[in-house]
Amino acid sequence: MEDIIFNIGIDHYLAVAAILFTLGVCGIFLNRKNVITILMSIELMLLAVNINMVTFSAYLGDIVGQIFTLFILTVAAAEAAIGLAILVVYYRNRGSIEIEDINRMKG
Amino acid sequence: MLISVILFYLFSFLAILSAVMVISSKNPVHSVFFLILAFFNSAGLFLLLGAELLAMLLIIIYVGAVAVLFLFVVMMLNINFAKMKEGLLRHMPLGILVAALLVGELLFVIYWSPLGQAPIPLESVASAKTNTEAIGNVLYTDYAFLFQLAGLILLVAMIGAIVLTHRQREGVKRQDKQKQISRKREDTIEIVRIKSGRGI
Repeated sequence: MEDIIFNIGIDHYLAVAAILFTLGVCGIFLNRKNVITILMSIELMLLAVNINMVTFSAYLGDIVGQIFTLFILTVAAAEAAIGLAILVVYYRNRGSIEIEDINRMKG
Repeated sequence: MLISVILFYLFSFLAILSAVMVISSKNPVHSVFFLILAFFNSAGLFLLLGAELLAMLLIIIYVGAVAVLFLFVVMMLNINFAKMKEGLLRHMPLGILVAALLVGELLFVIYWSPLGQAPIPLESVASAKTNTEAIGNVLYTDYAFLFQLAGLILLVAMIGAIVLTHRQREGVKRQDKQKQISRKREDTIEIVRIKSGRGI
């Protein structure tokens, strides 16, 4: 028992990443009102993926994992910018960002 | 050795705690601040793993750019935040169930995988070169094309954000160069001879 607490191995980091990812999923599930919180939950999930990538990069001694983390960061930043721009335009048109109101494309 | 263990538990506990606060706090502004805290602690985890460049990039990109962008948008939109949280409890049981299943499965797999509790060899990554040098050596040679593609993605995102949010407002005077250049003397000036003692 002491071994698993004091010897920080790859599984500890993977567990932290798994919990963070689950919290991101949970945030998307629980929030039915606020689009901004959902975007933040997506950022949390991407962060968990990044932690996984860096952990395996350190474990395997291979730097490529960190390179791909860099690309994930790029895509995450682009996605946040576009998502928030869409949100601003939507708010300008409808005056509300509640998710249950977003059904214009249902037909 | 002990100090890194303490730091690991500190960083990961704070990261998870602030992630919980991100999804559960009532005010989105507080959510953004907790998101910043989560990213700071994850940067600490990256440092413990020997990825210094990524830790600093995470702070610069997320805290410096993305979180500030979120903050701007939260403050720009005039939303009734008290109304936002009303339907939260309705989906709580399903959400908790899905989250418990997901985290249970993931932890089960991590615990029983052949990787087990493999220690992380810090020396192999942080050997002769610094982390930045090692990343640069690979990024600008093997992955140069993908690096440029990442720049293209950022460019497209920038243009997309500008195109989406830019609007022509009514009643604002703006310079129209085409109109200025194509102006003729005959269109604008009229010479009127006025007899003395009379108005126009």
